[in-house]
Amino acid sequence: MKKGVAITGMGIVSAIGNSVEENLQALLTSKSGLAVSKHLQTRHKNNIKVGEVGFTNAEIAQQLQLSEDNNFTRTSLLGCLAAKQALEQARINDISTYRTGLISATTVGGMDMTENYWKQFETNPEVQKYISSHHAGDSTEKIATVLGITGYVTTISTACSSAANAIMLGARLIKAGKLDRVVVGGTDALSKFTINGFKSLMILSETNCTPFDANRNGLNLGEAAAYLVLESDEVVAAQNKSVLAYVSGYGNANDAFHQTASSKTGEGAYLAMKKALKIAGLNPSAIDYVNAHGTATQNNDLSESEALQRIFKEEIPDFSSTKAFTGHTLAAAGAVEAVFSVLALQQNSVFANLGFRTPMPETGLTPVTQLQKKKLKHVQSNSFGFGGNCSSLIFSKA
Amino acid sequence: MKTCYIHSVVSISAQDSFAEDGVISEIQEHADYKISAIHPQYRDFISLSQLRRMSPAVKMGVAASKKALMEAKLDQPDAIITGSGLGCMADTETFLNTLIKNDEQFLTPTAFIQSTHNTVAGQIALGLKCKAYNTTYAHGSISFESALIDAQLQIEAGEANNILVGGVDELGSEFVDYVHLVEQKQTQPIQVSLSEGATFCVLSSEKKEGAVAVLKAVETHSKIAEKNIVSEMQAFLKRNKVDASEIDAVILGINGDAFDVYYQNIEEVFPKTDLLLYKKYIGEYFTASAFAFWMGTQLIEGETLPKDFYIHKSDSKPYKNVLLYNQFKGSQHSFILLTQQ
Amino acid sequence: MDALKQELKENIIEQLNLEEFTVKDIDNDDALFGDGLGLDSIDALELIVMLDKDYGIKLTDPEKSKEIFQSINVLAEYITEHRTK
Repeated sequence: MKKGVAITGMGIVSAIGNSVEENLQALLTSKSGLAVSKHLQTRHKNNIKVGEVGFTNAEIAQQLQLSEDNNFTRTSLLGCLAAKQALEQARINDISTYRTGLISATTVGGMDMTENYWKQFETNPEVQKYISSHHAGDSTEKIATVLGITGYVTTISTACSSAANAIMLGARLIKAGKLDRVVVGGTDALSKFTINGFKSLMILSETNCTPFDANRNGLNLGEAAAYLVLESDEVVAAQNKSVLAYVSGYGNANDAFHQTASSKTGEGAYLAMKKALKIAGLNPSAIDYVNAHGTATQNNDLSESEALQRIFKEEIPDFSSTKAFTGHTLAAAGAVEAVFSVLALQQNSVFANLGFRTPMPETGLTPVTQLQKKKLKHVQSNSFGFGGNCSSLIFSKA
Repeated sequence: MKTCYIHSVVSISAQDSFAEDGVISEIQEHADYKISAIHPQYRDFISLSQLRRMSPAVKMGVAASKKALMEAKLDQPDAIITGSGLGCMADTETFLNTLIKNDEQFLTPTAFIQSTHNTVAGQIALGLKCKAYNTTYAHGSISFESALIDAQLQIEAGEANNILVGGVDELGSEFVDYVHLVEQKQTQPIQVSLSEGATFCVLSSEKKEGAVAVLKAVETHSKIAEKNIVSEMQAFLKRNKVDASEIDAVILGINGDAFDVYYQNIEEVFPKTDLLLYKKYIGEYFTASAFAFWMGTQLIEGETLPKDFYIHKSDSKPYKNVLLYNQFKGSQHSFILLTQQ
Repeated sequence: MDALKQELKENIIEQLNLEEFTVKDIDNDDALFGDGLGLDSIDALELIVMLDKDYGIKLTDPEKSKEIFQSINVLAEYITEHRTK
C-alpha cells in the first residue's frame, strides 16, 4: 500500500455550513441543507429544492474586504472563502516559502453574473466589468490573487468531475516534484442557466432527491466551494504539519457512450475506480466506504451501481451519496465530497444517504441510511460528469 | 525521464494553415474587429448526423484532432487533453438568449449540453470510442499550455505513450462584441482582430517516423511584474540548460495593447535572433498561442513561414531551438521551448 | 391531418437541425428513432418541448415519449387527439 499525498488543510462553504466544522455537524446530525432558494431568483423557485449557501454576495464581499467596484462573481466569492479557510487550517502564513500552485475547477464560471447582465452589457457601463469575469479562469485568478499565489495557477472544467480532476492533478504534480504544495478544489454558484439546463433534460427533482432509491426522480442543484491543501512529504516534515489524510489513489477515464447519459455497464465509472485502486495499490476489499456520485437521476444511479458491482462483486462496501445534504454542486462536487471523505476518515463515520427507502429492483443495493460509526482506513469518492468524464479518488487515513 | 516528441501539429485558423500540405502559401489580410477562421469542409471529417449538433468549436476540434491522429498514424491515443478559454460560446449564447427571451420556459437541452467546456474533448472521445484519460483546461490564455503540461507530465512519467493535445476557441456572435466594446475603452486597446481557431497535435514518448520536434519545456506563471519578465524568462532557459544565444527564433503573442511592453522587454534580450508575431494574422483569442506552437514546429521542421510573420529575420539557417512567449493583460504568462529532435 | 404532418416534418427538420433532409425525405411511416431517421434521446427531449410550446401538450415522462414519436403518422394522431393549442 502506497501512502499518497498529504492533505494538510481543508475549507468548504456549502448549503450545510460555512466552514468544515459546520458541515461536519450537519453530516453527523443528518441535517439536509436542501430548501427553496432564498437568494437566487428563478421562475422555477417554488417547484424545486436547491442547496444554497446562506450568505449573500454582499456579505461575502464584506468578509473578504473587497472594494466597492470589484467584479467578483458569486463563483469567485464562494471560492475565495473556502480557499482561505484551507490555507488557514494548513497554517500557511508565507505563501512564497515554497513552490505553491492553485488548481481550481468550475463549470458556471461567471455565468451567475453574466445571465443577469447579458442584455445590459451593451448599454450599461456599470455592469460591463462582468464581461471580463465571465470566463472560467477568472474565479481561479481571483482566488490566486486573494491567496497570493503567482506561479502555477490553472482551471479544470470537465463538468461534474472537475474538482476531482483538480485534486488528481495536484497530487500528480507534487509526486513529480514540480510543486511543493498546491491548493486544489472547485467552486460553482447556483445560476438560472444551470437550473434551466438540467430542467430541460428533465432530470431535476421537485422534492429532496433520493439517491439509489427505486423511485428516485432526479437531482437537486447546489452551490458550493471546497478546497484542500496538498503538501509534499518534505514540506510536511520541515514544517511539522499535521496531516489530515492522504490522497492515495486517483483515476480518470471516459465513458465514450453518449454526451450526457452514462453507459448501462458504467464502463467509464468502472475504469476510473479501477485505476484509482491501482494507483493506491489496494484491492477493492480494502475500501471501507464509497462516497458515491449518486445524483439520484435514473441514469447515474443505475450506471454507478453497475460499476460498483463490477468492481466490488459480492462485497460492496458501505456506500452513500451525500447529495441529499448539499445538492449536486457540479464542478465543486468532487472537492466537497473529498472534504466529506476526509471527515469520514477522521470521525470514523459513514454519512447517511438521506431519503432512501426502496432498493432499485435491478440491483437490490442498499446504501447506508443513518450515520454509522465504523473504523475507516480507506474511502473512495466518485464524480461523474457530462462528456463521459469519470473520475474517482481514494483517501486514506493519516 | 522520457522525451516528449511532437508528431503532428494541425491548425485551423484565420489563415490557410489547414491546407493539404500544412503550409501557408499566402497571408490574408484582415481588417474587421472580428474574423472567423477559414473553416474546412467538415463533411470530409464528420458524418452529417453528428455535424448537426456541433458548434464551430466542436467542428474545429473534431476535424483538427482527426487530422492530427491521421498524420501521426494513430488510431487511439492514450489520453485526450484539451484547452479552451471560453469553451463553447455559441451554444452558451443560444441557450442564454432563449432562456431570457422565453422567460425560462420552453427550453431545449441541446444547446445546454453542448455549452460545457469539455464538449470538444467529450465529442472526440465519443467519435473514437476512446475510454482513456480525458480532461479540459479552461484558464484563459494558458488553457492550451495547461493541457501541454499535463500531457508532458504523463509522457515523462511513462504513464502514457501517445497523447492527443489541443487548444480551441470559437468566436460566437454576441459576447465577442461585448469584449470588443469594453476593449475599445482602454487607453491602448488590443489592435488585432478577435478570432477563433483550433490547433491539435500528438505528443509521443517514442520518436516515430514523422516526428517533427521535441517539446522540451512548458511553464506557466500567473503573475510576473514587468520588471521581472526578462529574469523569469532567463531562469526558464537556465532550468532547461539553454542559453539565450542558442535560441534561433522567438515567437511572441504581440497584440498591440499596453501589455506589449512585456514583449518589448523580451525582444531586447534577442537583438540578433529571428523574432516573429502571429496575432496580427490569426487574431487574438484565449488559445491563439497554440497557433504559435504550430508555427514553432513548422520552423523546426524546415518549413517556410510567410515573411509577414517576421519582425526580424536573419539569413536562413536551421532552427534548432524555438522559444514561445505569450501573456494576456499582464497575467497568464507562458514559456514554451521547442527543440529539434 | 396532412397539413399537420407537413408542419411536423418542417418543424422536426428545423428544430433538430437535420440539414441534409427535406420534407420529401421523411415518409409518414418512417421510424423516427433508431434505424430510421436516427434520432436519439436528446432529440426526444427537444420534441417534448416542441409538443408543449406549439401544441400545448405536456409530457412528463421522457420514456413514454418514445411510443408517441414512433413515426409522423403516430405523432400526428396523438397531437390531433391531445392538442390544446
